[in-house]
Amino acid sequence: MSNALELKNIRKVFNRGTVNEKLALDGLSLTLEDGDFVTVIGGNGAGKSTMLNAIAGVWPLDAGQIIVDGTDITGLSEDKRAKYLGRVFQDPMTGTAATMEIEENMALALRRGQRRTLRWGITPKEKELFREKLSSLGLGLEDRMTSKVGLLSGGQRQAITLLMASMKQPRLLLLDEHTAALDPKTAAKVLEISDQIIQENHLTAMMVTHNMRDAINHGNRLIMMNEGHIIYDVKGEEKKNLHVKDLLAKFEEASGSELDNDRMMLS
Amino acid sequence: MAAYFASLDIMNLFRAFPGSIAQGMIWGIMAIGVYITFRVLDFADLTVDGSLALGAASCVMLIRSGVPVVIATLASFLIGMVAGFVTGILTTKLGIPGILSSILTQIALYSINYNIMGKKSNLSISVDNYKLVASLRYVTGPMGTRVIFFIGMAVFLFVLVGLTYSFFGTEVGHAIRATGCNQNMARAQGINTNRIKVLTLMLSNGLVGLSGAIYGQYQGASDVNMGRGAIVIGLAAVIIGEVLFGKFAAKRRMAFAFTLIAVILGSIIYYMVYQFVLWLRMPSENMKLFSAVVVAIFLAIPYLKDQKTSRKGVAANE
Repeated sequence: MSNALELKNIRKVFNRGTVNEKLALDGLSLTLEDGDFVTVIGGNGAGKSTMLNAIAGVWPLDAGQIIVDGTDITGLSEDKRAKYLGRVFQDPMTGTAATMEIEENMALALRRGQRRTLRWGITPKEKELFREKLSSLGLGLEDRMTSKVGLLSGGQRQAITLLMASMKQPRLLLLDEHTAALDPKTAAKVLEISDQIIQENHLTAMMVTHNMRDAINHGNRLIMMNEGHIIYDVKGEEKKNLHVKDLLAKFEEASGSELDNDRMMLS
Repeated sequence: MAAYFASLDIMNLFRAFPGSIAQGMIWGIMAIGVYITFRVLDFADLTVDGSLALGAASCVMLIRSGVPVVIATLASFLIGMVAGFVTGILTTKLGIPGILSSILTQIALYSINYNIMGKKSNLSISVDNYKLVASLRYVTGPMGTRVIFFIGMAVFLFVLVGLTYSFFGTEVGHAIRATGCNQNMARAQGINTNRIKVLTLMLSNGLVGLSGAIYGQYQGASDVNMGRGAIVIGLAAVIIGEVLFGKFAAKRRMAFAFTLIAVILGSIIYYMVYQFVLWLRMPSENMKLFSAVVVAIFLAIPYLKDQKTSRKGVAANE
């Protein structure tokens, strides 16, 4: 049985040779076992989102290897990798096509990793499946399947993006601060849906968050990043018993400075 | 002033209208191509100025060298696709900004069209010698010919709208719409956005080439300059269609099909207004200025409306 994800010494420098040169990923290595749900925290510019973008293939790496489920995807383009991955973004606008209907968006996701042909883009049978999936969210969206996604709220869009990301049973679900742009109540609801979807589909997932409490309460493993690599990695019982103050102490101990994140929620 | 009005003969205007309608229908094919890139893919493609003339040049050459008219006309669709392919490769594989890529292809096509026409800038084709699919002669000829021509064109446009509408309901069509709306989302759903852009540009320029082929036959000649400013006319058709019929179309089922029809109507209305302004004795060399002003105004209206409402919003919050 191969691991769900292996990052081997991945390295990325942005704006090389300019005054803005930034070492974003500094020889990062990480192995996720099948079924791991990892929360990722860290300061500003620690490389959290960069790591997710590296896995998704938004740009090529400078060095290192990315292996998903035994397949080396380092050289694959972003669209080719999509068949292994489900992605939800920080900005609710990013995950869906606003000018298309809810069911059309879902139909696009259902064809992830398949050749797109001149067959109909959506079939009556699929609409039934979408209705079922949408009603499981409990947001009443199953009655608005032909509404344009652009008319929906941020929370509704994130919920749909979650469904879309999970529908094809991805090998890895990447959640990039996907509740950060939502109000607290909606954020809690979207987190609850995330947990539900990850459990029901037995997904391996990574969730970047700026909320330390969420990072502790969700998932079975927690990693803390600083300056492009992992400085703390904890799982199981030890993780469950963590407190926010432990994380802050860990950060200072490992990095020698105070945790600096404008949006970090300490409580 | 009175002398000016007295000199205008309303009957002249009416006599000119069938020609305007025919021209608008032919350019309507082109306007659908422009709609596909400009509105669906969100790509301002200036290739069309070149691919319209390319369609006409290659069609006229093919017919003159003995290829059956219908086959020559359809071949212009494929030849137009090549022009779109070049623009697509320039922007996706070679990283040249989209609008600049399309300008490069357009300029290159000017020379290519000149060469296609055997180093002539104008090449005629007479309806006396060939059974052309369109001709000014059909429109001004006996009533029977007129009716057949207009019904034929209308049926053809109807089929074209149906095909385009169905195509955008397929998996590939959905992928084009997603790419035009949100490229990040499209890639995250496994869509190769570069390939989709090339494909859409090919499809659009194919339609423009087809439109050029029919228009060349209609006016009885292809001309290296015939595509100059075509993009502006295409945009005018799209915008007039949207402004006049947009709300009507959006409310229907099959809204997209109605929008395509609206775009064709926009093209017809453009040519009727054009004829009207000519009738008012606007010198024809000023017509491009007229077209540019019309398009600029209609493109600006949605933006200005937006500005106004957002300013109102600020005032309400204060």
